[in-house]
Amino acid sequence: MSADPLSRVFSALADPTRRDLVARLADGDATVRDLAQPYDMTVQAISKHLKVLEDAGLVTRSRQAQRRPVHLEADVLDLMTKWIERYRRNAEERYRRLDAVLDAMPDGTKPTPSTHTGDS
Amino acid sequence: MPTITRETQIIVDQKVPAVRIIREFDAPVAKVFRAHTDAALFAQWIGPRNNETHVEHFDCRTGGSYRYASRRKNFEAWFHGSFHEVRPSALIVQTFTFEGMPDGVALERLVFEDLGDGRTRLTATSLVDSFEDRDAFVASGMEKGVREGYERLDELLAR
Repeated sequence: MSADPLSRVFSALADPTRRDLVARLADGDATVRDLAQPYDMTVQAISKHLKVLEDAGLVTRSRQAQRRPVHLEADVLDLMTKWIERYRRNAEERYRRLDAVLDAMPDGTKPTPSTHTGDS
Repeated sequence: MPTITRETQIIVDQKVPAVRIIREFDAPVAKVFRAHTDAALFAQWIGPRNNETHVEHFDCRTGGSYRYASRRKNFEAWFHGSFHEVRPSALIVQTFTFEGMPDGVALERLVFEDLGDGRTRLTATSLVDSFEDRDAFVASGMEKGVREGYERLDELLAR
């Protein structure tokens, strides 16, 4: 496993079960038993998944409470999502400029001298 | 892997330090390809926004190379790389280096797919040599900067 925090979050979320757990915890804290219920998996298997999410900082479990509900650390998830979304938005902006360039290009693919195009 | 699907799709791989960008265009594959190989066209869209792209040279063929600057007021960043493989309307494999970090290099693979009906899918994969570099790459668009981002993440993780 990679040591840097962002990679830990990325790889923790690489698994569909763990993504599903995160989505369910977004609705509120839940115990391991509650979380395990809809899956065809043992409580132990779910605990293993939660441990990976916990190591990545995505969830926490209170030490005191007897039921030890699992809590989603939404800030960590938000930060990663923001980073990716920002990167995606930059790419989308770039490709919208490319859309405009493609619109302005004449049809046919004859090589043109490398001066300015944009008019047809 | 976290995937956000809207117009441009981003896939942040967890097995190798790569980022994949997938986008479809309402233009035939030959046009999309040419917008990548013609320096004057390339300079019009590569951006980022508010920056002017000045191409020093751009020899987009197998074995060729490129160098360009991205400029705005009081700012200039140079980039260069080699075109490793250029296959018309199909593939561009190139390297990419920001000259401010000359030891860093990304291997970029651009696959052009003809979807028919004058549409094209472009899949651009950037591979770097560590997850730290990849994550810094993904985070590089953040105004607060990578360092601050990591500091904040460290703080959150330390709680």
